[in-house]
Amino acid sequence: MKLKTSVQSVLLATSVMTGTLFSTLVEAADTIKVGVLHSLSGTMAISETTLKDTVLMMVEEQNKKGGLLGKKLEAVVVDPASNWPLFAEKTRELLTKDKVDVIFGCWTSVSRKSALPVLEELNGLMFYPVQYEGEESSKNVFYTGAAPNQQAIPAVDYLMNDVGVKRWVLAGTDYVYPRTTNKILEAYLKAKGVPESDIMVNYTPFGHSDWQSIVSDIKKFGSEGKKTAVVSTINGDANVPFYKELANQQISAEDIPVVAFSVGEEELSGIDTKPLVGHLAAWNYFQSVDTPENAAFIKQWQAYTKNPDRVTNDPMEATYIGFQMWAQAVEKAKTTEVEKVEQAMIGQEVKNLTGGTAVMNKNHHLSKPVLIGEIQDDGQFSVVWQTEGVVPGDAWSDFLPGSKDLIADWTAPIKCGNYNTVTKTCSGQNF
Amino acid sequence: MTYPALTGWRQLVLTLMLLCLSFGSRAATLDESVALLNGSFNDKSTAVQNLMSVGHDQTSVWLQALLDGNLYTDKASNQVVLLVAEQPEFSVQELVSGRTYSSSKSDLKRIMINNALRKELRVALSSLALTSADSQVRLTAVRSLMGSPDPALTERLTSLQLQETNSDVRDAMTVALAINEVRNASKPGRNAIEVLGDSLEPEARNALQQLHDRNPAAAEGKLAAKSLANIERKILWSGYIETLFFGLSLGSVLVLAAIGLAITFGVMGIINMAHGELIMLGAYTTYGIQLLMPDHIGLSVLVSIPAAFVVSGLMGILIERSVIRFLYGRPLETLLATFGISLILQQLVRTFVSPQNRTVQTPDWMTGSLELSPVLSLTWNRIYILIFCLMVFALLFVLLKRTRLGLQVRAVSQNRAMARAMGVRSARVDALTFGLGSGIAGVAGVALSQLTNVGPNLGQAYIIDSFMVVVFGGVGNLWGTLVAGLSLGVANKVLEPTAGAVLAKILVLVFIILFIQKFPRGLFPQKGRSAEG
Repeated sequence: MKLKTSVQSVLLATSVMTGTLFSTLVEAADTIKVGVLHSLSGTMAISETTLKDTVLMMVEEQNKKGGLLGKKLEAVVVDPASNWPLFAEKTRELLTKDKVDVIFGCWTSVSRKSALPVLEELNGLMFYPVQYEGEESSKNVFYTGAAPNQQAIPAVDYLMNDVGVKRWVLAGTDYVYPRTTNKILEAYLKAKGVPESDIMVNYTPFGHSDWQSIVSDIKKFGSEGKKTAVVSTINGDANVPFYKELANQQISAEDIPVVAFSVGEEELSGIDTKPLVGHLAAWNYFQSVDTPENAAFIKQWQAYTKNPDRVTNDPMEATYIGFQMWAQAVEKAKTTEVEKVEQAMIGQEVKNLTGGTAVMNKNHHLSKPVLIGEIQDDGQFSVVWQTEGVVPGDAWSDFLPGSKDLIADWTAPIKCGNYNTVTKTCSGQNF
Repeated sequence: MTYPALTGWRQLVLTLMLLCLSFGSRAATLDESVALLNGSFNDKSTAVQNLMSVGHDQTSVWLQALLDGNLYTDKASNQVVLLVAEQPEFSVQELVSGRTYSSSKSDLKRIMINNALRKELRVALSSLALTSADSQVRLTAVRSLMGSPDPALTERLTSLQLQETNSDVRDAMTVALAINEVRNASKPGRNAIEVLGDSLEPEARNALQQLHDRNPAAAEGKLAAKSLANIERKILWSGYIETLFFGLSLGSVLVLAAIGLAITFGVMGIINMAHGELIMLGAYTTYGIQLLMPDHIGLSVLVSIPAAFVVSGLMGILIERSVIRFLYGRPLETLLATFGISLILQQLVRTFVSPQNRTVQTPDWMTGSLELSPVLSLTWNRIYILIFCLMVFALLFVLLKRTRLGLQVRAVSQNRAMARAMGVRSARVDALTFGLGSGIAGVAGVALSQLTNVGPNLGQAYIIDSFMVVVFGGVGNLWGTLVAGLSLGVANKVLEPTAGAVLAKILVLVFIILFIQKFPRGLFPQKGRSAEG
């Protein structure tokens, strides 16, 4: 009992102390506040801590350049702990208590869906830097990662036209991103004349670790005489055992290539990549792309993390582009007010790290190039194919019956995230 | 008549090759061919074909080097060079002139290849390997060339078969020739179709299927159908064996993860939610040992087994002495306290090691698979883990049944007061028992590091499954844990192909819930006085 009370009082004292310390700091300077809403603990910490560090690095650099509008930037980091409902609470905390001007955050779609209603209610502004399933466009969110037509569809086109794939395994983790992406891909493949019997769809639970029978099924499916490829939307930790099993069952990339949408340099740094050489990934960015901008970014990142082996990846580039665009939009609007920044964002241009220029479109999605890379034995990708020019992100897929006629346009006169071009009406539903 | 799409590009390559041959007099010189390796992927492909037709004695060495990524371009001279040695200094050799000189990695640019080229290289190398002195190499070469539609290859195989001394290689050649006959001849011989009916090679099955689809009513079509049925029958059995093996190996992982818990939870009655994190510590120990001895990956895994036992065991004793011993007899509080410990351990790893997964390398003898037949191969890592699981079980069993410590552990767990009266120092036994269970968890971590991610979340993935196995098997019974783990693994794998991975898991859980309703004490209920209460 005694122990408990003393612990409680210590806790109380520390919280009071930090609280006062914090508020004095805040009052001391007039700053622009940048909220960082990435999980630093729990299952998603593996991916999201990198993005938190990226935002902090960008903030530091912007401050070296003198900040924005004559004010310094101040990062407010919170930890939603991979707990989806907590994303909503932390968003509310950032917007009401810390009064941040912009939020960079979320990784999984379910966390974004959780934060979205709060953002719309309190009129916040968020940049979402991860490839996702589309079918959404909110006034309060800018999507700097790839939509399905900037990742999945070009990858399938490459396999179909350049590799000659005729049979398809769509393997994914059982949640919203793989399910929607696979629905779009299935519709797309069927539209291209692939019969139902040549498509195999498979879902596995989060963190699935026993891939023996699924890989063996894929092997059988692929040995029936037609060139087969696996389109993988397997997420997170489940990838390592999946690739290990592929290697052990001696499925080489020449026989059955796997193209992944969630495996980047960061994920590969946890695997011995020698048996995976030749498997593919589709992204808008690879660390191996040789441009001066990319070399400078990698150098800056490795210096910031004090780790000369630290890798960069696609969501980092998306965060970088989002941050630069936001800074430019604030300069243009001469305020951090959400309404004005949102309008100033549209049409902003930032140089891609892989060459060319990214443009923010009216539907809050970017135009970006799409690259396909083959895994090398050093854990990097060598680019084997890329789109000519940039591909504009499509908020609503053209291949799903429900969203064929929908567009998003946040400029006057439409100003709508869900505008039906046939009935000429705007449903208020942005997702 | 349609060829399978797979061979479409091969035909293209073939046509190109034939073109090369027909313009033989104009065939590129060696220098020109080698220089093409600096060009685009298409140039490289042409270079490979030219090298094959020129027939230099180093061709196979060069092609193998290209495949392995050991060919570089010297940035200064723009010459293609072969990496000779990385240690003690980076030395390279010019391909054509053979001049060897030392260089550095920054002066060289690796020659990249893509999947299409990789495949082409493998076919080329296999065709070169047909005349190798090693019969095993020849066999692999013939098997990898099966289904390749090159008529020149057919001729070559026919002539090589006459001189072939090894019967396995000869049989493989017969199958390869039969496949080409069934594919290409307008009226393939009865003999060829029957040969394919006895072969389990996927290419043989595909060739028969095509023959059948071309004309199901004709005599060949009917014969093909008969051969196909023959193959299906054999494959069916392989399928059953494969499923059983998959199930047993999944089960062995479950048993390994659960067997430590069978001691802490089963024998001592402690609900230890930090069990998963003790497994994780074992996996990280493997990672640590590999960092210490990077040149002996195979040995490091063996060294890790006792090391992980000690690390996790000591951590277990620490947890028992500092927290759990104050909470004996209060299961709810033990549950909460150990859950807290598990979160602390996870976050400690995240903060002090990294939130990223760590790479644990797999030794060579654990990669690849044991091929029993073309349709049935068992992966080595799973075989080793299955054996390892049985060994750990046997050791633990002997320890509990045959040693003094084991006797004391059983005495304390069955009747603490009586054991103390007999002079057993129950506190010490508690600590040692908990340490033993935790140490076994660490050993399981070593095995899991070879299968799955080594990261802070490793433990969470296995804690539920572990409790499930122990409860299903009967609390306090090691045999129960073994039988329960293996049977749940098999049940899961039997259900998976039809129900899918997600549903299979749910079905197994529902089954266990129903089972526990009917038999609350599990498969092998503990008998004895303590069990009555």
